[in-house]
Amino acid sequence: MEYKLTAKMFAEALKENRLLGLKCNRCGAYTVPPKKVCLECASEDLEVVELSGWGQIQTFTVIQVPPEGFEAPYIVGMAELDEGPWLMGNIVGVDPDEATMDLIGKRVKLGHKIHPGDKFSAGEMVAVTFSPQT
Amino acid sequence: MSRRARKLGRGVALVGAGMSKFGAFPDKTSRDLFADAFTAMTRSVDKGMDTEDIEALYVGNFSSDLFEGQGHIAPIMADWVGLVPKPATRLEDACASGGVAIREGVIAIASGLYDVVLVGGTEKMTNLPTERVTDTLAAASDTVYEGACGFTFPGLYAAMATAYMARHGASVEHFMKVGIKNHNNGSLNPKAQFNKSIRDLMNSRIEKAKQKGEPVPEWSDELDFLKDPKANPVVAWPMRLFDCSPITDGAACVLLVAEDIAKNFSNDPLYIVGTGQGSDHALHERDDLTSIAAARIAAQQAYEMAGVQPEDIQIAEVHDCFTIAELVAIEDLGFFKHGEGYKATEQGLTARDGSKPINTSGGLKSKGHPVGASGVGQAVEIWHQMRGEAGPRQVPGKDIRLALTHNVGATGGTCVVHIYQRR
Repeated sequence: MEYKLTAKMFAEALKENRLLGLKCNRCGAYTVPPKKVCLECASEDLEVVELSGWGQIQTFTVIQVPPEGFEAPYIVGMAELDEGPWLMGNIVGVDPDEATMDLIGKRVKLGHKIHPGDKFSAGEMVAVTFSPQT
Repeated sequence: MSRRARKLGRGVALVGAGMSKFGAFPDKTSRDLFADAFTAMTRSVDKGMDTEDIEALYVGNFSSDLFEGQGHIAPIMADWVGLVPKPATRLEDACASGGVAIREGVIAIASGLYDVVLVGGTEKMTNLPTERVTDTLAAASDTVYEGACGFTFPGLYAAMATAYMARHGASVEHFMKVGIKNHNNGSLNPKAQFNKSIRDLMNSRIEKAKQKGEPVPEWSDELDFLKDPKANPVVAWPMRLFDCSPITDGAACVLLVAEDIAKNFSNDPLYIVGTGQGSDHALHERDDLTSIAAARIAAQQAYEMAGVQPEDIQIAEVHDCFTIAELVAIEDLGFFKHGEGYKATEQGLTARDGSKPINTSGGLKSKGHPVGASGVGQAVEIWHQMRGEAGPRQVPGKDIRLALTHNVGATGGTCVVHIYQRR
């Protein structure tokens, strides 16, 4: 079976704020980010689809001690997408010093952020961002 | 999918165990630490051992490549303790490398290939500045997706902690109580990196302020101290400095032999009666952020193999790389119900004199976490406790016949569980 959606294709679409994923023709689950098999049932019968990019924050943390190339503080978190899968990204548009448990459950819209990359990444990296909508 | 119950081809015994001191040792390399651990192990073998008896080495190590610029360390460790030309193999599964090395040693003996196997773990982390250590540890996460948004290791566990609080109503104080308990244990362990209780640490800061003529902090107790952001800064909210295991140099070794020759080495061997290991997806792909599926699977395999239940286990060393990790561990292992680990900790059930003592060594939090050595270090503590040789930190009033170790790689991409029996 061919490898339908590579990390590179996923990142290129994300740069246009389009979220690509794989829909399983056997069980109907979505796999985002992509891999060779369905996250739920390991089937290889998958098709590339574009997801809505809407979701709800499930957890977060405020990073105060960052890795090289990042400047703290910033918020990272996970959102459950409307189609079901969870995705991680930076929560933006919220002051990290004022982040509270109230963030959990907030409705978010997906975007992206380009990071220049590190010595291992062979160029830039593209991160998902989540903007809370009021 | 149904599978047959797994069992070992033959019995495996633990007949010796020892570790280096854990800490920050600018004058020691990983090979020096390994030699220290090997020496401590040889001294623990009741009837003595000959290095020539050892047929193979399995060594757990996460990243000597990035920490020391030294790859291919298994033959170096073998060479340092006189094992060349015996086969020497390095196992890498992040922070579970040591536990996985034990499991591979068990499998090698159970298969009949070897009768005597040395298992070690070693890690030398303090050569690098903290931000480079943070980067190196983050290499054990998913660098493409988690790395791009700046998730650090403390950050990933913090995300689990936030989810745990939201789901179960726990507070940051509950995490702090895990750290207080483990430091109390570590204060009694001379090999621990921080063999001081949180109260000792607090009092020494007060003393220092008095000596320097600085304003004396007015902390009422350990919790008050831990809530002070100056004393205990946030690393990745809700995880603060004292919720995180330290950066550590250290090594540990155990000697495994076929059950039928165990008494040639030891008057009082331990028997490894259960082993289990599982894997899992990256954190964002999990069904539940407050539990580690690989741990539940590994535990189930080990319990089934040993024919025991969680309530039969009398003590355990679990992977408390962060305080939240211990709460998740004691629930995944079935010691407490899902969402009740923090209440059990608060009630003192996991303290050394509680009904289910957890991390009597001080855990990774206080004993230290030289990542590739930690899984083997856990077995060293079990060895001392089961044989009644743990000194001032010996669990009181228990004849320990069954004990367990739980060793996690990264956020649970790997988990390995072992069950030990004393007959």
